[in-house]
Amino acid sequence: MPATLTAAPRRRLPSGLRVLEVTLTGWTSLVIVFLYLPILVLVAYSFNSSRLNIVWESFTVGWYRRVWENVPLLRAAENSVIIAAVSTVLSVLLGTVGAWLLHRYRFRGARGLQTLVAVPMVMPEILMGISLLILFATAGLGLGFTAVIIGHVTFSFPFVLVAVQARLKGLDPAMEEAALDLGATPLQAFWLVIVPCLRPAIVAGALMAFTLSWDELIVTFFTTNAASATLPIRVFGMAKVGLNPMLNALSALFIVATVAFVIFSDYVKKLGR
Amino acid sequence: MSTMVDLRGVTKRFGAFTAVNDVSLEIASGEFLTLLGPSGCGKTTLLRLMAGFDAPTVGSVWIGGEDVTQLPPYRRPVNQVFQSYALFPHLTVGENVGFGLRMQQVGQAEAAARVAEALALVSLTGLDTRRPHQLSGGQRQRVALARALVCRPKVLLLDEPLSALDAKLRRAMQLELKRLQRQLGITFVFVTHDQEEALTMSDRIAIVNAGRIEQLGTAHEIYHRPATRFAADFVGQANLLEAQLLLQDAETVQVAVTGGLELSLPLAAWPVGATTALIAVRPEKVHVAKRRARSNFYASAANRFEARIEEEIFQGATDHLVIVTATGTRLGVVVANESAFGEIFHEGDRVYCALHADDLVVVRAD
Ligand SMILES: Nc1ncnc2c1ncn2[C@@H]1O[C@H](COP(=O)(O)OP(=O)(O)OP(=O)(O)O)[C@@H](O)[C@H]1O
Ligand SMILES: [Mg+2]
Repeated sequence: MPATLTAAPRRRLPSGLRVLEVTLTGWTSLVIVFLYLPILVLVAYSFNSSRLNIVWESFTVGWYRRVWENVPLLRAAENSVIIAAVSTVLSVLLGTVGAWLLHRYRFRGARGLQTLVAVPMVMPEILMGISLLILFATAGLGLGFTAVIIGHVTFSFPFVLVAVQARLKGLDPAMEEAALDLGATPLQAFWLVIVPCLRPAIVAGALMAFTLSWDELIVTFFTTNAASATLPIRVFGMAKVGLNPMLNALSALFIVATVAFVIFSDYVKKLGR
Repeated sequence: MSTMVDLRGVTKRFGAFTAVNDVSLEIASGEFLTLLGPSGCGKTTLLRLMAGFDAPTVGSVWIGGEDVTQLPPYRRPVNQVFQSYALFPHLTVGENVGFGLRMQQVGQAEAAARVAEALALVSLTGLDTRRPHQLSGGQRQRVALARALVCRPKVLLLDEPLSALDAKLRRAMQLELKRLQRQLGITFVFVTHDQEEALTMSDRIAIVNAGRIEQLGTAHEIYHRPATRFAADFVGQANLLEAQLLLQDAETVQVAVTGGLELSLPLAAWPVGATTALIAVRPEKVHVAKRRARSNFYASAANRFEARIEEEIFQGATDHLVIVTATGTRLGVVVANESAFGEIFHEGDRVYCALHADDLVVVRAD
């Protein structure tokens, strides 16, 4: 083949399209800058020895030490992890079993239930928070861990349910029948065959539930007490008093954790496939 | 031979729709029975009633002399090979095949031996660590078979297990399934809408149409003596002729069929007291020759007539002809191309035809 053909020059786009291409490239760059520039600035200033965010003095890791030494903040982080973990587990159980029951068994009111389940996903969090507060008050249930976890499960299990339901729609109905046919009871069939088939959806739903709980502020605000305050609640409280570079350091740590989590969840999802 | 599966007056309705309509069917132990019928006739529903995935609206299901109508699928001594195979994607081939044994809590050593034996039976030895998605269609089909057989069911149900395979593999698997069934002596209930498959494999065939069994018999009976218009039409090809009674004597009846051709058939075959009936004639049973043959067949045939070839389609092993008699009766005819030196038929040729009285089959029109 002649060399002139193998090294074909890049086709020139018609001029109208070239304008579009340039515009789109510019737009994309702008979006990326706006997304990440504040984060970059924030991380950079977390190493700044000045108390002010606007002037650079000198490099320090002091703010990170201050975070490490701030016991209430660490307790809040711990609470956040516990609450996110427990509400994720509960959401997965409730969401998966609920999706299976709605998918497998035809009963009266299934349609209505389906709609009811979707409501917490779109309901403004402030309404959720207030209604939960009223519920706990009238039920005489104290605020704290249990209340926060119930609150988080309420809005995160529908996400698991919807993800699992979507997967169930594509599942061969013969899969369950094959298990029953081979001597599995309905419970064994669900546990040994259906759940493994649903794993990618369950994992995706669990990651979603964990993330939702981890950075939730408003519902937590209405249902928490001092002992169960989560990280977002603490940070919000601190920010109200005034910004200081310790918050920058905390945020930088948060960002690292988030990025690690995103990478981890991608990895887990690939395993699930 | 004892009865293995016994459906007694089984009806299955889905709402107002009747999918299975008052079916009674006895399947002998060790028999290979095929449910043959067009799409939507209720074959799968019949299997599901035997497997226990559906409960009959009316009637009862007996397996091995026991009323299992109320038993859930996991308590019935039957196993199924699903059309989609339904292999468990998260388990290896070995684990898939061993699943039933695990459910029965068979000991590990015995289970391993039986899994190996089952895999050997379907020629899949050595593939036990693969996942289903790493197998070809034919291999998956074998895994599904091994997974069902390893449980040593009294009855194996197969719902169009070969329909996803290509024609060649399909034919090979038909013979292999038949061989396995003979070797193991298990009762097979096989569902297909492919008549050739049914004829190849079955001890008996049940022709299913619109939720009913139209005819139950051996492949020979179904093919040579179809009982209904549907059976004659669905299995193989048939010339269906309206016959009008002309004469009747002690042993034979004379009839005129559509188009005016007069034929005679045994009195015993004619419905008592009827003046009209529907007659089915297989196209290969009409013998044609360009010269007035003096063969035994020709001489002994009760019906002899002349016709003209209207259409000729060469199909390699056979020739498909459409012939018209002088009065205008049209018949489809199939002749074997026995030798390159034999007769060659052309459109427009005059032919001498012979048709045995016994090859005229009166069928029910419904
Ligand atoms: N769960 C159900 N609800 C309502 N109708 C059903 C149900 N299952 C089957 N049917 C109907 O019953 C009839 C028989 O279905 P079945 O699956 O037994 O047909 P089939 O003979 O196996 O057909 P195919 O060769 O296409 O598999 C069909 O008309 C089908 O629409
Ligand atoms: Mg079917």
